[in-house]
Amino acid sequence: MGRSSTHQHDVLIIGGGGAGLRAAIAIAQENPDLSVACVSKVYPMRSHTVAAEGGAAAVIKPNDSFENHIYDTVSGSDWLGDQDAIELFVKEAPKELIQLEHWGCPWNREADGSVSVRPFGGMGTERTWFASDKTGFHMLHSLFQTTLKYDNITRYDEHFASKLLVDDGRCCGCAAIELRTGQMRAILGKAIIMCTGGAGRVFPFTTNGAIKNGDGMSMAYREGVALKDMEFIQYHPTGLPGTGILITEASRGEGGILVNKHGYRYLQDYDLGQPLDIHDPEHPRKRTMELGPRDKLSQVFIKEMQKGNTIDSKYGPVVHLDLRHLGEAKINKNLPFVRELAKNYAGIDPVYEPIPVRPVLHYFMGGIDTDLDGATSLRGLYAAGECACVSINGANRLGSNSLTELLVFGARAGASAARFAMDNPDFNVASLEAQAEDESKRIRRDYIETGTTPGTSSGDGGSERIATLRNEMHEAMEGGTGIFRDEKSLTDTCQKIAELRDRFKIVRIDDHTNSFNTDLTAALELGFMLDVAEAIAHSALERKESRGSHQRLDFTNRDDENYLKHSLAFWQDDDAPPRIEYKPVTITKWPPGKRTYGKGSGLTKQENETT
Amino acid sequence: MPDEKTITLEIFRYHPESDAGPRFQSYDVPYNEDWVVLDAINWIKDTVDGTLTYRWSCRMGVCGSCGMMINDEPKLSCAVFLKEYYPNPIKVEPLVNFPVERDLVIDMDGFMEKLQSIKPYIIRDDVNDTSQGEYKQSPAELAHYKQYTMCINCMLCYSACPVVGSEPDFLGPAALALGHRYNKDSRDQGFDQRMEKMMEHEAVWGCTFVGECSVVCPKNVDPAGAIQQAKASAAQEYFKGFIMPRGAGK
Repeated sequence: MGRSSTHQHDVLIIGGGGAGLRAAIAIAQENPDLSVACVSKVYPMRSHTVAAEGGAAAVIKPNDSFENHIYDTVSGSDWLGDQDAIELFVKEAPKELIQLEHWGCPWNREADGSVSVRPFGGMGTERTWFASDKTGFHMLHSLFQTTLKYDNITRYDEHFASKLLVDDGRCCGCAAIELRTGQMRAILGKAIIMCTGGAGRVFPFTTNGAIKNGDGMSMAYREGVALKDMEFIQYHPTGLPGTGILITEASRGEGGILVNKHGYRYLQDYDLGQPLDIHDPEHPRKRTMELGPRDKLSQVFIKEMQKGNTIDSKYGPVVHLDLRHLGEAKINKNLPFVRELAKNYAGIDPVYEPIPVRPVLHYFMGGIDTDLDGATSLRGLYAAGECACVSINGANRLGSNSLTELLVFGARAGASAARFAMDNPDFNVASLEAQAEDESKRIRRDYIETGTTPGTSSGDGGSERIATLRNEMHEAMEGGTGIFRDEKSLTDTCQKIAELRDRFKIVRIDDHTNSFNTDLTAALELGFMLDVAEAIAHSALERKESRGSHQRLDFTNRDDENYLKHSLAFWQDDDAPPRIEYKPVTITKWPPGKRTYGKGSGLTKQENETT
Repeated sequence: MPDEKTITLEIFRYHPESDAGPRFQSYDVPYNEDWVVLDAINWIKDTVDGTLTYRWSCRMGVCGSCGMMINDEPKLSCAVFLKEYYPNPIKVEPLVNFPVERDLVIDMDGFMEKLQSIKPYIIRDDVNDTSQGEYKQSPAELAHYKQYTMCINCMLCYSACPVVGSEPDFLGPAALALGHRYNKDSRDQGFDQRMEKMMEHEAVWGCTFVGECSVVCPKNVDPAGAIQQAKASAAQEYFKGFIMPRGAGK
């Protein structure tokens, strides 16, 4: 690793997925004089937005309303979403999806040339725009290719950001390793936007790609920014056993059903409404049965398993997702990727056989605490996308809200960061360069030159292997912070993660060279993940209620009196657990109510209209 | 574990800091019939040799990171199973027709420049205004270009293409197919701008229609078909150029 070099821009975006690219275009288009930099540890089109399948929600059709989308999202969040954020999100959503349409996204179409929409879980009206079942892929490539139009966007592809640079209480850049050479760069900006995605790889069984390690969450957390609502982790109910590859919720939106080993549509036993016949023109009924929300469907799977109703497979218990009645033509038109994935990775053709599925870790509702403009508590630092928590998702995100979220809040964070950059042009370059140099030395000392980490002198040699620590972290997180939790499981996990953080100090890497050192980046990613894991476990331990995706076996009810609030985890130091604080949820027009799904179970006005 | 089945991976190694040239390293990996080649490579990285260097992420065939030569064929390593080769050894090399950065990591700079040069984005004369709603596009108009939107930029077609191998400036299958994709999109008005690049010698005319690109494409994009269609459009433009200035006939 050579000496650091310095690169200056007006706005620096860390992360080149959907949120980062949307932010980049927002700035480049409105402010042609501003220099925008996008740093990404992979080429932008490899970012995990690429794997999103089902669609993106926005009100566009005459049978829908903002009110409906807001209510679905508020109730879906189990009232933990901030209602001002949700209202703003819902109202800006259509404009953003139309913008993507103007940028070339190949949305599916109706005969009259308007965009098609389909139903999704927890949504009372069909409002999910889709590009077959590769919506994230098409959105990401449309965004990436559109960025190529702008001369004022500079990309730093395959640059691994390892630390934020902060001077006098203001974030002004990052230290990033150019992977090809191993050279450290100080990449500076008058405003910084973090768009690094979630951290699904903290868990062993996940839909998330290898790159989702919570890098940005950890970097912001280490500079004193709170990680908000980290205990809320989404399990998607339908992943392929073994690999964890996602089978989109759109397969149920199109009419697919879930059955147990008796061929029985078991969801009807869990307060999710009554099934309609698969040939009934009203099937699938919105906010009912297979179109219930993800948190409840994943929880119900565990209960079916406990009753002995799941099907044994070589990868453990599964249920069946049956699409056969949809027919080959519809599957090929609207779910071709599902068919491809099931055939390739499960050896199942869903036209002829049901797909074995089980819940799989999918999404982080929590993240870097931001306001409606993406601003964090650290001056000059903004965040958007899965790494951020505004929060519109609260205790449970509805499927197809996240792709829209990264557009709405990516664009907003971009606009806010551009304003901040123009209002605050000066910063102390020398101080930031010195920090990058220190970071370069730290990495050289702890990993490259000695293969040992802090506290051990050159040549001692650490003794912990990355994969060993990572596997133990996986086991602790799945065992303690999975779909159901209790005091003991969470306490055990907190202790285990503390132990792993300690052992991480003597992690050993095999690769002591500079060029494209993925052994080094894997070690840095493990460090990020351990930070995130600890924030999750402690936030979950402190929340003594059950809400949305956070289900405590020892506190089974929602407790609005004590916990209608966001948790905030603050980093302490390398040897201490996070400090947990709380802040209120913003309630505007939708007072906390009973969260119900399925016809005849305490319907609200909105549900009556749509079921 | 004497009874445990294993399979041998012969992996191309090259380190620019220490190696004068490439070499092969052999690894015995536990055989698991559910594993893809990428799983075996990850096993090596995690348990045996952390210096082995390659790209990967989604492991579901959509991010396009993990293209490699597997027994001399360009493949996504996340989409090809050990059982297709067992009990024979598997030779793993970086995609051909690219400079190698290290081990299985190729240099993508050339492609990124080619991609940008064909202007792969919607070009229109009017002002961007979302308040008027979406541009209407019929299902038939969508079907006209949809196949060419499916490219994941995995670079397998560049490894399969003999012209890319002999003429490094050739724009190549993926970039040309994406240029064609926007040309065929009913919302786009950038045909003339794009064709300037696509009509240059190292662009569509470079293709000798071997068709290997379409054979290896994991997403059935059919870049060869796209290039043939683009050639036809380019020829039309060429002849139009004799009778009127470019663009006047649109």
